[in-house]
Parts: sequence; structure tokens; C-alpha cells
Amino acid sequence: MHNARNAMEVESSSTCALREFGCEQSLLSRPDGSSSFIQGDTSVLAGVYGPADVKVSKEIHDRATLEVLIQPKVGMSGVRERAQEQCVRETCEAALLSSLHPRSSLSLVLQIIHDDGSLLSCCLNAACMALMDAGLPMGCLFCGVTCAIDRDGRIVTDPTMQQEKESRALMTFAIDSTERKVLMSTTKGSFSVNELQQCIAVSQRASEKIFQFYRDSVRRRYSKTL
Amino acid sequence: MFDSFKHKVGEVVLPGDVFSFASLAPDSRVEKLICGPGLRRNGDEVLVCKSGVLRHKPPNLFWVDSQQRRYVPAKGESVIGIVTTKVGDTFKVDVGGSEQASLSYLAFEGATKRNRPNVQVGDLVYAQFIIANKDMEPELVCIDSCGRANGMGVFGTDGLLFRVSLGLVRRLLVPQSEIVKDLERLFPFEMVVGMNGRVWVRARTTQQTLIVANLLESCENMTAEQRKALFLRVAGGCP
Repeated sequence: MHNARNAMEVESSSTCALREFGCEQSLLSRPDGSSSFIQGDTSVLAGVYGPADVKVSKEIHDRATLEVLIQPKVGMSGVRERAQEQCVRETCEAALLSSLHPRSSLSLVLQIIHDDGSLLSCCLNAACMALMDAGLPMGCLFCGVTCAIDRDGRIVTDPTMQQEKESRALMTFAIDSTERKVLMSTTKGSFSVNELQQCIAVSQRASEKIFQFYRDSVRRRYSKTL
Repeated sequence: MFDSFKHKVGEVVLPGDVFSFASLAPDSRVEKLICGPGLRRNGDEVLVCKSGVLRHKPPNLFWVDSQQRRYVPAKGESVIGIVTTKVGDTFKVDVGGSEQASLSYLAFEGATKRNRPNVQVGDLVYAQFIIANKDMEPELVCIDSCGRANGMGVFGTDGLLFRVSLGLVRRLLVPQSEIVKDLERLFPFEMVVGMNGRVWVRARTTQQTLIVANLLESCENMTAEQRKALFLRVAGGCP
């Protein structure tokens, strides 16, 4: 099995400090692509199957059918997971060139290992690494960044569970790698337009670090075949 | 023209990376560029859509070498398939892609309407694609353009089939492959490598077959030195 566990310390700057992240690709033997992504204590395992045979009822004649499943750590998946699945699915559909595999199915399974805040952004990052590992054609990469605004109006990126609970507003953005545009956003709580703009700017800055981390970990993965 | 490309050859590229030729003068753009797997042309730009190592073959062929597991059929590639059903005059063959491929019973050497080939459900076939594109059902044949089998057809008994990554398959199929050369020194064996990641091996005894299979599987993530050391140890262990 391929073993490229690596971690990169991100220097803490005043506005966009990210927790330490780690990533491993191709760690599962059955799926066509797999990855695990760790942000601080939050950890998600992702597996991608496809392009595979598709049920006739789900067949789309000009592109691939993408299915996303989020499995919680304990219990059955509920409404919260379904909402997150939709966010991840729409982000992936924007990045994937699914018209290159018409009439086929892609399924992405995300298993939550541990949730310590910023879960959706960790899911997005794990999904991107798994899709890349499966070798599916993509127009760009994407990453997820979660921002929390605390009671004093300060923006905290990549918050822990404790920081999320204490926050006034919580936002998650998916950002693409080519133009740094927002692919998906989901928000909770109250905030002003100005704060939203600030959060997007902070997330875009934080995404640079994540994309650099993606590049480093893929480089490490291919280091033996260079 | 390829300067921006050439200094990236051998380096890791990621989806979304762009190579732009727009800044070049129009008259210097006469050279042709062939984009292989993982690269897409868009006007004056070449976009990367797979992660992997950028490779170059002179004079003007570029592609991305990635370690993926799922096979996507491509015309002309030779694969190992498993016959799953007989439908009328064709066999359905599982090649590991998103759709089963069809194989006509007339596409075997010496086959006629009277003289049907002996192919049963569950048999392995080594065949090549004559139709493989995203919009059509892939089609296999077991003959070349002259009607000769040329090594293709139904497999005999014995032997072991297993799956490896597509990256390893390509390394095995390189002319004068180092891995194959190292293996050959151990003991004689037969090997069939399909571009779809399936490898079939048969040696003199079952034990030797398993040794070859295990060695090939372990080659996946080893550097040349590690591999040489392992093969030496195996050669010392078995007489």
C-alpha cells in the first residue's frame, strides 16, 4: 500500500491561521481512488468508485452521474448529512469534467472519522484528493475553507468545535484553484455584507496554502516514479 | 514553442495547470503538438486534467503519466477480458471499464459461421479494442487486420489472474522493461499483461506462479534499488 502520510505546519498569521493538516492518498485497496484528510483533530476518509456501470433510472445521456454519501461516525445519516452531501456533490460537479464519461456512475463515499469543527471543509478537501487519486478528469481543483466570526467580530479560519460553538456566524466556502472563485458557500448565523466579503477574501488567501499543500503531497506520492 | 512545456517534463502537474502559447508570435506556432492522456487543448492553451508526471516523447507528443486503477477503454489497446454472457452472435466481455465490451464470435482466427470458436462463459480472452469511444459500446476483436490471431484469443488452463495499477502495467510494457528483465532471471514463466491492469502469470509450478504474482504486486511502490534487493533475496531463497 502506498504510504505518503505527511503533515505540513502552517505558520500562524493573524488572519488566516489553519490547523496542521495531513493527507494520505491510495490508502484503500478496493476503491478506484481514496484519500484521508486530517485538519487538526477533524479527520475524514474518502473513497471514489468509477466511472462504473450505472442504473438505467439514474443514467444521464451526456455526462456522468455523481453520487455522494456521507457516513457519520455513529448512527445513521440524517438531514444534516444530506445537506452536506448536496454541498459536496455540487462542488464536485463544478470541478469534474463529467461529460468525458457519459452514461457512467461516479460514487464518492466520505466516512467521518472524527469531527472537531470545520467538518464540511475537511470533507471537501478529502473529496478533492480522492477524485484526483482516482484520475478522473477535472477542469480545476477545489478546496474547502471554514470561517467563524466570534462575538468580537474577529474572523477565525478553520475553527475547532469549541470555536464553532462560541461563534456568531459560521461560513464554509469551496474555492477553485484556477481563478480562486467561490464554487459553493453555506452559511449559518447573522453577519453583515462587509463581513461576508472579508471572509471570502480570507478564505481565498487560506486556499493558496491548501493548494500548495495539495501539490506537495501529490509530488511526494509520485516521488518514487519521477 | 515547447519551451514552456519542456522544462516541466518529468515534474508533477495537477488538474487546473495551464500552459499558454498565446504570447508567441503567430508564425512560430506552426509546430504541431499532440496531447496524450491527461491533457486537453483549448485554443492557445493546453490544460492539465489529471494529476501525475508530465512526460514527453520526441518530437511533439506530451502526456500525463498517472497512477490510476480504473481502466478507460482506448482504441487499439490490448486487454485481458472475462467472458460474462453469450448474447446471440456476440460475447459480452468484462474489461474493467464502465461498460462491458462486445466480442463477435467471428472475430477469432479461423472462425466461420460453421466453425464457431470454443468460448465458454468465465473464460479469459486476450483481445484488442477496435471501437472504443465514450459514446459507443466498446468492441473487441481477437484477430489483427490480416485475420491472424497474433497472440490473441482464449487462454489455456492453469495460470493466475490478478490486478495491478495501470501505472505498473505501463512500466511492465515498456520495451526492455527493467522489472521484466529482473523477473526473467529468477525462473522461466509465461506472462500476459493487459492494458486494463490485469496480469496473467503461469510458471512451472503453482508455487513459482505465486512467487511471480507476489513480486509483481510488491513492485508497485518500490524504487529500483529496493526491487533489486528483494529479487536478490528471492533468488537466494529458491533453488
